[in-house]
Amino acid sequence: MAIANDSNISKASTVRHQAVLELKNVSRTFGDDWNREEILKDFNLSVTPGELTVVVGPSGCGKSTLVNLIAGFDKPDTGEITIDGKPVTGPGHDRMVVFQETALIPWQTTFENVVFGPKLRGDRDKKQLNEEAHALLAKVGLREFKDKYPIQLSGGMQRRAELARAMINHPLVMIMDEPFRGLDAMSRELMQEFFVRLFEENRRTNLFVTSEVEEAIFLADRVIVLSNRPTSVRTIIDIKLPRPRDPHMLNSDEAREYRREAMELLHEEALKAFKREGTQSEILKSIA
Amino acid sequence: MLSTRKLLKLLKRASEKWPSAEIDWEASDMNDTTTVTAHQQVPKRKKSKFEKAISSKSFWRGVVALIGFVIFWEICSRFKMWTGIEVPWIGKVPPPTEVLVAWSDVIYMPGYWESWYLSTGRVFAGFIAAMVFGIPFGLALAVNRYFRDIFFPPFEVLRPIPPLAWVPASIIFWPTSELSIAFVTFLGAFFAIVINVVGGAQSIDIRYLRAAQSMGATQWHMFSKIILPGTLPSIFTGAAVGMGITWEVVLAGEMISGGGQQGGGGLGFFIWSSFMGGTVPQVVVGMISIGIAGYLCSSLIRFIGARSMPWERLF
Repeated sequence: MAIANDSNISKASTVRHQAVLELKNVSRTFGDDWNREEILKDFNLSVTPGELTVVVGPSGCGKSTLVNLIAGFDKPDTGEITIDGKPVTGPGHDRMVVFQETALIPWQTTFENVVFGPKLRGDRDKKQLNEEAHALLAKVGLREFKDKYPIQLSGGMQRRAELARAMINHPLVMIMDEPFRGLDAMSRELMQEFFVRLFEENRRTNLFVTSEVEEAIFLADRVIVLSNRPTSVRTIIDIKLPRPRDPHMLNSDEAREYRREAMELLHEEALKAFKREGTQSEILKSIA
Repeated sequence: MLSTRKLLKLLKRASEKWPSAEIDWEASDMNDTTTVTAHQQVPKRKKSKFEKAISSKSFWRGVVALIGFVIFWEICSRFKMWTGIEVPWIGKVPPPTEVLVAWSDVIYMPGYWESWYLSTGRVFAGFIAAMVFGIPFGLALAVNRYFRDIFFPPFEVLRPIPPLAWVPASIIFWPTSELSIAFVTFLGAFFAIVINVVGGAQSIDIRYLRAAQSMGATQWHMFSKIILPGTLPSIFTGAAVGMGITWEVVLAGEMISGGGQQGGGGLGFFIWSSFMGGTVPQVVVGMISIGIAGYLCSSLIRFIGARSMPWERLF
């Protein structure tokens, strides 16, 4: 189910370079000869530049494996991952991952966390870097909290700090691995709105992984529904809701239709995994 | 204390929702028992550590508990004198007033203070040596796979051997008994520190390492910015445990080695000689002295720990 998407850069209104992320025939298998589990098999995906592509899949379908491969923490057995045509060989600051929950470093203050990457590499003028960090912190509403440690911040603030930490590295691609997981419903909604504003501002190529359909439809230009193991692309839903996005749009007939479609597919895929994992009981047969 | 924290958490949550509804957190301090609400801002005057301590309820609870314990002990010890019935165990111990009298005699004796000096010196010699060797060794075990494959099995075989079982070997190894005691002390703390450092370094969340990696951290950065500070809490836990073990080992060592010219004396010998000499109150004086010394040492470790890990003591 290879999808080749024509990239229309002209659509986005920004001067920033927008990168193309492509996965070609990527496979990844875990385990040994005795107990082999194919997580990804001939996985093909092309993330349109300047678009927010959201990947949804049932839990345990290999979303995190996908993220690790793109980030370069893991290597595919076969196939190739490229950014602007250059193959990914390891971790690098052209791709920034925003991890599940949060990965702010607990022994650094918010400010230290934000400047961590550029400071390590020493590739930026110090004064300029400080200015940019302050501007970013102001943008995410954390100016007053710059000297606090992550443990002193609430969940939502931590996610915003994390976004600032990723953005200061000027990545070509942002990879969000269920970044708002673990937030309460209200904070989560606010974070989604905040994030979608940030994205619409500079439209940096973004791959967003989630297990929530609502979130996917609200944020995405394209929603990619994954099939269960071995994971491949099941369907691509183009979300034609206008931008800037607004939570009310989720109540439109259009959005309802997207949701229905995605939910149906996800339910099917989740059920497959459920039945494969569990023993064939009467109850399982009845819901099939 | 607890209710204040809960209130703070609630307030924090409420204020977080969006930056527009921010509440000034700096007004509230974790050690402060007075309730700070969003509107009632306490004028910012830094309370001294001492002021904070004596204004906290837990401090006074502790004081009352200690006094209560001493009174209970006094009554139990003197119960036989008053009623003829002996309270088991405690009845055999001299009452605190007698201990105090014995203590007031002892503090003028230079030998008593020399015991303090000797024991503390031995504890720190062994402890510091254990830190100096144990922390790098533990970090190397945690970080380097080859190092772990080679050194972890022998380490695990040697670890269960109690320090005191090393005494004969130690006497053979070292020319003076002072060095022998120091070596046994060192072993006691070393294993505790190493095992804590290894555990701490290995339990660092992989997301921190990955985040650093993807931002372009070198091997040295990963070690100095992530692994080392991430292991710090475990290093201090190991140090606290190790410190406890060193005191135990030193005291036992001193009781065995006696009061000779070389490697004699110390609080352990003080207790033992008091026991042999038949003055039980002095034995208790020695015991309490060790308690105080141990308390001071672990307070010191806690103090240094809190100083070097500001992110740990918040909330």
